[in-house]
Amino acid sequence: MSSFSLPEEKLIGLYEKMVLIRVYEEKIGEIFAAGKLPGFVHLYIGEEAIAVGVCANLKKSDYISSTHRAHGHCIAKDCDMKKMTAELYGKATGCCKGKGGSMHLAELEVGVLGASAVVGASVPWAVGAALSARIRNTDQVAVAFFGDGAINQGVVQECFNIAAVWKLPVIFVVENNLYATSLPTRPTKIQSQYSCSIEDLSKRALGYDIPGLTVDGMDVLAVYKAAEEAVQRAREKLGPTLIECKTYRYRGHFEGDPLMYRSKEELERWLVKDPILNFKKKLMEAGVLTEKEAEDISSKAKKIVEEAVQFAEESPDPLPKDAFKDIFVEDFY
Amino acid sequence: MVRQLSLHEAVNDGLKLEMERDPTVFIMGEDIALYGGAFFATHGLLEKFGPERVRDTPISEAAFTGIAFGAAITGLRPVVDLMFADFIGLAMDQILNQIAQTRYIFGGQVKVPLTIRASIGAGVSAAAHHSQCLYSMFAHTPGLKVVVPSTPYDAKGLLISAIRDDNPVIFLEHKSLGVSETYRLPTAGRQPVPEEAYTIPLGVADIKREGKDVTVVAVSLMVHKALEAAEKLVQEGISLEVIDPRTLVPLDKEAILKSVRKTRRLIIMDEDRERCGFASEVAALVADEAFFELEAPIKRIATPNIPIPFSPILESTIIPSTQSLIRTVREVVGK
Repeated sequence: MSSFSLPEEKLIGLYEKMVLIRVYEEKIGEIFAAGKLPGFVHLYIGEEAIAVGVCANLKKSDYISSTHRAHGHCIAKDCDMKKMTAELYGKATGCCKGKGGSMHLAELEVGVLGASAVVGASVPWAVGAALSARIRNTDQVAVAFFGDGAINQGVVQECFNIAAVWKLPVIFVVENNLYATSLPTRPTKIQSQYSCSIEDLSKRALGYDIPGLTVDGMDVLAVYKAAEEAVQRAREKLGPTLIECKTYRYRGHFEGDPLMYRSKEELERWLVKDPILNFKKKLMEAGVLTEKEAEDISSKAKKIVEEAVQFAEESPDPLPKDAFKDIFVEDFY
Repeated sequence: MVRQLSLHEAVNDGLKLEMERDPTVFIMGEDIALYGGAFFATHGLLEKFGPERVRDTPISEAAFTGIAFGAAITGLRPVVDLMFADFIGLAMDQILNQIAQTRYIFGGQVKVPLTIRASIGAGVSAAAHHSQCLYSMFAHTPGLKVVVPSTPYDAKGLLISAIRDDNPVIFLEHKSLGVSETYRLPTAGRQPVPEEAYTIPLGVADIKREGKDVTVVAVSLMVHKALEAAEKLVQEGISLEVIDPRTLVPLDKEAILKSVRKTRRLIIMDEDRERCGFASEVAALVADEAFFELEAPIKRIATPNIPIPFSPILESTIIPSTQSLIRTVREVVGK
């Protein structure tokens, strides 16, 4: 038994999932750079602890809503990685049959309500799913993942209020990666213009009289614990919680972002806090994980990712006539 | 003796029956619960179904339309009351980008059984932000069905179809049809509406009056102005056929073309704005499909592309009138 409050199996599970997301995103970055993917991609590297720490508290029947930076959320909520990867390639076998792409991943089967590419737009979907759970009288909860950019959208503030007034089983998780595209949440040495008047975005919860807490988004156990309490509150019908996770995206807003709006020193300061390396170290120190086991976990992740990519590359394109399908339930447009 | 109901009373009846029939149907919007809705279309429903299924929302249109979407893709059948179609601006992202398009974006993974009700139309000096029709904009957006009833009977049957439909439906009720007892159009009053639930399929036009000389495709309140004109033109020996499409998406193109092939003349009377509007769409359809069968140019009578003014004299100047239709009819028949 380790010094952690969680069982070893759960700890290893958290580690595995973070590694899987990291390996996946690095691979996608590589494939994108090789020109194999249409459109553009937004990678989750650096933010893995958030999706993993939150989703480890959810059941398959619980819901999440996601953003343009969706890959990590989807993997954490157990989406089919082959279908998800095929979607990034725009293939017929993709989870959205190639009609959505990286910014619109969805898999309702596992409770992924979907990602919207309009910042903040998917937050009400999670609130609506929570309302649906309430009216259908189930114990399901919903998590809305969104960023520091989205928290300034009117619709998101409206959602905080409605969820608070109706005491809905929803958890608002704001991934504060410090930049809304190029605009920092707070002034930096490079940028005097900024997006938020407060340091801790969880303070916004005060205005709605709901619990709000700020946690280290690079520490999977801190995220796990905060989400555990919030999920419990939601299941007990005590209403919503706002959790701010401070984090950093190692890569640009999108792959190819020139990144002139932030400094190399800043990135280096965050790399030291890496969620995977630090958690690995902790697990090894506690005797929960050996170097050999860590290597096996990485190899296993690489194999899963390779298989997903292979599936996507070997999959057929959609047929041109498929462009005219799926608008309405009936076959017309 | 069959009950006589106004359009909004018929909507109320349809909502009540569907909520009784299907526990997944719930309604939400501003002032719809205790207050009973801006036009009293939800009157009495709170008492009958309770606050869980009849929900007053804060004034947060973007959120509650998006919340309705979230509920619709997770097993419920929400009916949202947007109060005035003019408020669409506040919910535009959710309706245009999310509700309308997401089934497609997600490759058909989700059904979106969501009805959005709103009032439309001018005529009561409600000024620029409570008077627009805007249905052409909805019809232009992929993924939305658009229903515009003109009578209480149609409203009930179409609303029940809309609620049972697995697609997002925009259901637009003309405010002047709701207060019809005070309105002077002879055909626009209360009407017998059966007690039981019945459906009118979306995409089937109704010939509101048969005629042989000119086809008038009219929408919502304009149906009644067209009927008034038709009655007056009898004395001049001119016979109008009044087609009410009832739903703009899907559009019953065949009914329009069939009528035009009979009368060989077409006027579209549409209270929405003229530029890139529904009237233009019907004109283009008929020009494409039946141009050589026409004996006169197609005419559109629509609201010019200006905001709806407040003063009654200014408002009535720009809204299509019975008189303007009569003048246009004389023009196309050469009298």
